[in-house]
Amino acid sequence: MQWRFVIPAGVFAALFAVFAFVLQRTESGNYDPHAIQSPLLGKSSPQFRLTQVEDATKFVESTTFAGKPFVVNVWATWCVACREEHPTLLAISKQHLVPIVGIDWNDDLTQAQRWLIVLGNPYVATGFDNHGKVAINFGVYGAPETFLIDANGIVLYKFVSPMTMEVWQREFVPRIKKAGGE
Amino acid sequence: MIIELGHFALILALCLASIQAFFGLAGAQTHRAHWMAVARPAVAGQFVFTAFAFGCLVYAFEQSDFSVLYVAENSNSALPAFYRFTAAWGAHEGSMLLWLFVLTLWSIAVSAFSRKMPEEFVSRVLGVMGLLSVGFSLFILLTSNPFERLFPPAPDGRDLNPLLQDPAFAFHPPTTYLGYVGMSVPFAFAIAAMLEGKLDAAWARWVRPWTTLAWMFLTCGIALGSWWAYYELGWGGWWFWDPVENSSFMPWLAATALIHSLAVTEKRGLFKSWTLLLAIFTFSLSMLGTFIVRSGVLISVHSFASDPRRGIFILGFLIICIGGALTLYAWRASKFKSDAGFAMLSRESFLLFNNVLLIVGLVIVVLGTLFPMFIDALNLGKVSVGPPYFNAMFVIPMFPLLAIMIVGMHAGWKRADFSSIRHALYVVLGIAVLAAIVVPWVFYGAGSVLTAVGILLAVAVGGSALIEPIRRWRRGHSLSRGVIGMCIAHFGLALFVLGVTITRSYEADRDLTMTSNQTAQLAGYDFKFMGTRDIQGPNFDAVEADIAISRDGQPLTVLHPQKRVYRVQKNPMTEAGLYGGMHRDLLVALGEQVGNGTWSVRLQYRPMVRFVWLGAVIMALGGLIALLDRRYRTAKENSSAPLVPPIATLIVSGDAQIQAGK
Repeated sequence: MQWRFVIPAGVFAALFAVFAFVLQRTESGNYDPHAIQSPLLGKSSPQFRLTQVEDATKFVESTTFAGKPFVVNVWATWCVACREEHPTLLAISKQHLVPIVGIDWNDDLTQAQRWLIVLGNPYVATGFDNHGKVAINFGVYGAPETFLIDANGIVLYKFVSPMTMEVWQREFVPRIKKAGGE
Repeated sequence: MIIELGHFALILALCLASIQAFFGLAGAQTHRAHWMAVARPAVAGQFVFTAFAFGCLVYAFEQSDFSVLYVAENSNSALPAFYRFTAAWGAHEGSMLLWLFVLTLWSIAVSAFSRKMPEEFVSRVLGVMGLLSVGFSLFILLTSNPFERLFPPAPDGRDLNPLLQDPAFAFHPPTTYLGYVGMSVPFAFAIAAMLEGKLDAAWARWVRPWTTLAWMFLTCGIALGSWWAYYELGWGGWWFWDPVENSSFMPWLAATALIHSLAVTEKRGLFKSWTLLLAIFTFSLSMLGTFIVRSGVLISVHSFASDPRRGIFILGFLIICIGGALTLYAWRASKFKSDAGFAMLSRESFLLFNNVLLIVGLVIVVLGTLFPMFIDALNLGKVSVGPPYFNAMFVIPMFPLLAIMIVGMHAGWKRADFSSIRHALYVVLGIAVLAAIVVPWVFYGAGSVLTAVGILLAVAVGGSALIEPIRRWRRGHSLSRGVIGMCIAHFGLALFVLGVTITRSYEADRDLTMTSNQTAQLAGYDFKFMGTRDIQGPNFDAVEADIAISRDGQPLTVLHPQKRVYRVQKNPMTEAGLYGGMHRDLLVALGEQVGNGTWSVRLQYRPMVRFVWLGAVIMALGGLIALLDRRYRTAKENSSAPLVPPIATLIVSGDAQIQAGK
């Protein structure tokens, strides 16, 4: 037996150890790539103050929305999945159940502005997160991600991947009702 | 009743697969001919029962039997008949059954076309494939059974995911699976060779057509998937570097490396342990793809079903298969020594570079796909790796790969001598340089260095692939199908590269709002918004727009993009309008209504994008021609064939240099 022929087996062993670790964490509920991977869950949401995409002379601040539940949606124009979920967000915003605050992540301001004009704007306001700092504070893995934050600023729920009506009705609406949304 | 029969047939298939695995492997190990004789009938039985089980599921869909949970979740009484058929593999359970069915299809093909191979060897191959069948049947029966009943039956089904209600989707999964699962054949051959401790030129000659066939299906499957994403998603992109796409692209890269490495192993008896490792890698990556898509460990726009419990099973199964294979490799690989040498400038070294560069490309894709997950799992923070990473990194090994291909195709074994081909190569390079200047700056009026390099390489590779066929044809000589296939596949790659370069360099998009009779321009075309109307499909309601396209006042066509809402799942869907041609595609997608009669519209111009799929299809065609080569059928096979085949075989196989130069 020559040691160099053991290398592939060693590499795969390491690879599978990581897979097993990820799966074990998924199983035990510590890690779910689709929903609750955020360590923020049950904790205070990060504060932010960002330039507003719709009007660059204004700012979007997290404190503005405190006192009532709201939803934070992280998106970008380069994100194809965000394009997919956009009509759903528009439909959700028409329910007037809860305000949706957008965070435009690592994007081009002009393109983002055009996106909102052309595709429609489901957000009460969108913050321009130029260097992705706020997204990092939110623990964003990849766009789109959607957070539900309650009246006390506690993160109640997190959903990764494009929003669908089904997920909205199943996961968000009951939590919003419980948290005392309109 | 039918569905219970299907369930029962699947259990019988599992039993037969166990018999096939045990008697195939144990029979060969103990040299018992009557044990080995059980393997082939077991394969046939397993095939029949799996096909029956799959047929039962399709029947349940045709009958809209909503007392079956899987049917109720993925079909609807209003779903058109054709999509009721394809819905059978529209979600996880059914697609796994399709996977198993394809595996039995490959098994029976191997058992039917292996009469010339030594009995012990075939027996081992079938035994290994039996083990894989056992794993997948257990997986289906224990974690993802499509035959589960729903009581009380649903009054109507929840409908097939609207994204999947598309003709291309009918063929994409079966073709991709034929490719994915087909890689189990070289894998089983590699395991059998390691168990036997013997690997010769005959072995490589048996594996080559199977690998090429599976590669061909995988190529077509990826191209179909890309085409589906292109016009069904309506985003105007044909490749998103999405984990699901990557999971089919990774085995493709490994398989491409394997095809080239097998050529060296067959002709020169070199790279033996490397070829074995590639065969293991290719199938491992196919299974890893399944793991990625089905376990929910990675998120993707394309992943429609995921469940961590399944992930645990697949992971355990992967550890047994890949871990076992690699342990066997660690133990046995040192047996496969190659002692032949070759010069620095020879076909062997060109193919070595080919393998190195393909593996670098593979590592880039693997890292980009898995790295974010690892970093996150180890709590080291979050990183996001998107198309910018892949687009920038992937070309780094691909440019040199294309560059060495231009000359590498003409290199002879042992020591390359380009004297007879030098003149033709200069002509091709001259044309390529001219094209790299003329096409960007004269045809399109703008260009960058990257565009010019892309065109230069594409034209040079395409031209170089044609040199040999044209020379032979002019002299009235014939070429073996192996060489013709190689030339065609490389020509296809050149078309692909040309398509990618042009479309990435000159594509244009416009997002805007339009009202009736308003006109917008993009890339010299005029798009006139004529208005919208409501229409009703069989299972959806839609708004359809009429958009007339003209150029310089000449009307070209009227497109009808739709905005659909499927009645059951309520998800809005965009159905893009497409006006296509070889030199450019025009896409129109309808967005949201933003005011009375005003709509947001996305216009897209994609020059030469069709070459991307045309190139892939031609590559696959090259593979098909190569595997029809006469030497795979007529050569008398036995396990004691010499390492280096007799010179006659080399000439039949059409090695260009040996016949032309020496």
